[in-house]
Amino acid sequence: MSIENNILVKLNNVGLKQNQKWLVQGVSLQVEKGKIVTLIGPNGSGKSTTAKIALGFYKNIEGNVEKYTSNIGYVPQKISIDWTLPLRVNDLMLLTENLSDEVINESLTLTGVKHLKDKSLANLSGGEFQRVLLARAISKKPDLLVLDEPVQGVDFTGEIELYELIKELSLKLNCGILLISHDLHTVMSATDHVVCLNGHVCCCGSPSEVAKNSEYKALFGEQASQTLAIYEHKHDHVHTTDGEVKKK
Amino acid sequence: MLDDFFIRALVAGIGIAFVAGPLGCFVVWRRLSYFGDTLAHSALLGVTIAYSLEFNIAVSIFLISSVIALILIQLQRKTNLPSDALLGLLAHSSLAVGLVVIGFLTFIRFDIMGLLFGDILAVNKKDLFIIWFGGALILITLKIIWKPLFASTVNYELAEAEGLNPDRAKAVFTVLLAAIIAISIKLVGVLLITGMLIIPTAMARNLSDNPQKMVIFSIIGGLLSVFIGLFSSLEFNTPSGPSIIAAALVLFIFSLLKVKQTIQLKN
Repeated sequence: MSIENNILVKLNNVGLKQNQKWLVQGVSLQVEKGKIVTLIGPNGSGKSTTAKIALGFYKNIEGNVEKYTSNIGYVPQKISIDWTLPLRVNDLMLLTENLSDEVINESLTLTGVKHLKDKSLANLSGGEFQRVLLARAISKKPDLLVLDEPVQGVDFTGEIELYELIKELSLKLNCGILLISHDLHTVMSATDHVVCLNGHVCCCGSPSEVAKNSEYKALFGEQASQTLAIYEHKHDHVHTTDGEVKKK
Repeated sequence: MLDDFFIRALVAGIGIAFVAGPLGCFVVWRRLSYFGDTLAHSALLGVTIAYSLEFNIAVSIFLISSVIALILIQLQRKTNLPSDALLGLLAHSSLAVGLVVIGFLTFIRFDIMGLLFGDILAVNKKDLFIIWFGGALILITLKIIWKPLFASTVNYELAEAEGLNPDRAKAVFTVLLAAIIAISIKLVGVLLITGMLIIPTAMARNLSDNPQKMVIFSIIGGLLSVFIGLFSSLEFNTPSGPSIIAAALVLFIFSLLKVKQTIQLKN
């Protein structure tokens, strides 16, 4: 592990091309211990792809990934459990690691779903399922948590609660978190560093900096950034509907 | 004791039921029943090769099934045909080629019905050794790859992200599938092996709410099918393989009663 600077994973100018089309290009970022990095951007902007590159899913990427830990907890964006496989919450908790009952109870209590431990996954609501997935990811006390829209389907108050929990966890476990969200507002308070993606890095910085950025406003609309931006920079490109960059 | 053909068939059947239960669960969970069928069909070709080269049948079937699995992977990569079409292509063409080769081998007398549907009279002591020793190896290997295989069955990306190497587990599982087909061909025959893998498992699904239970119930279902099937085969002089599978079907139908009850309870 690179101890001096606490870096867990570092992406150096990475990109991925599939079927002659760049899914994402020129992304550099790093996740450090105890820090939360949030990727935001519209649909198809390459957020999940970037996270998967960081996880090492793709072999034929441009640039390189430096990974300094293998203890990773992951909440994928989409997970559908086949009905042919009978699975209880408890079975899911034990999926990748053999955990003691105590640890399982503790994690489920943290995300507020301890009472569902013996329930079948097929009977959970979307929000409950997300909480279980989050509990599973944190239960093995990972160095790096990769959370791909971890609060989808959770109601608004629950959403804020869970983001607060994620923030708490990053401090308590001293783990780094790579968080994906499509909404800056709810993650604002919990985030140390924001990377705004749209096929490439549009802008990055602290949440308040990004909120003021004109590219962010162009992507999410004026309303999305409640604070009036003082700083503005010139656009040298536009995006086509599929997110491709076109020079003006 | 093992001198009695019926006892030998029972011992063979028990061994196969223990292996078919857990493997069958993964076949159902991973939706591989047609894949299993394809491997089993190709086994006939393996038998003919074994006879013509005077080679061990189980080893020959195992090798041919593995080759067919590799060919399938290549075809999936290189053609635009859907998987089920490729599986049908391989299953029936290898079955056909196997039967054509048998036609050429006029100097050997084949019991084709026995190959297709199993023949308990054909189970000898050497087969028992292969079934129990091979079966133990299959189960030990499955135990070793259980975690990555199961995790990637639930979600491939999750298993990969957390460093479990799902591709290796999948490759090993394919080999295990070829292996169980190789060891169980004499008892149930090439056309019915997939039934032995799937029907007790389907019954178990109706009775279980978690994966461990499903594995245990499918082993129990397999054992009961072997007992009931073989005894009725002896009693009514019916072919062994179809009798075992028919017994499994009866158990499955009984398990549906339980499903009906649960649905009524829910309403």
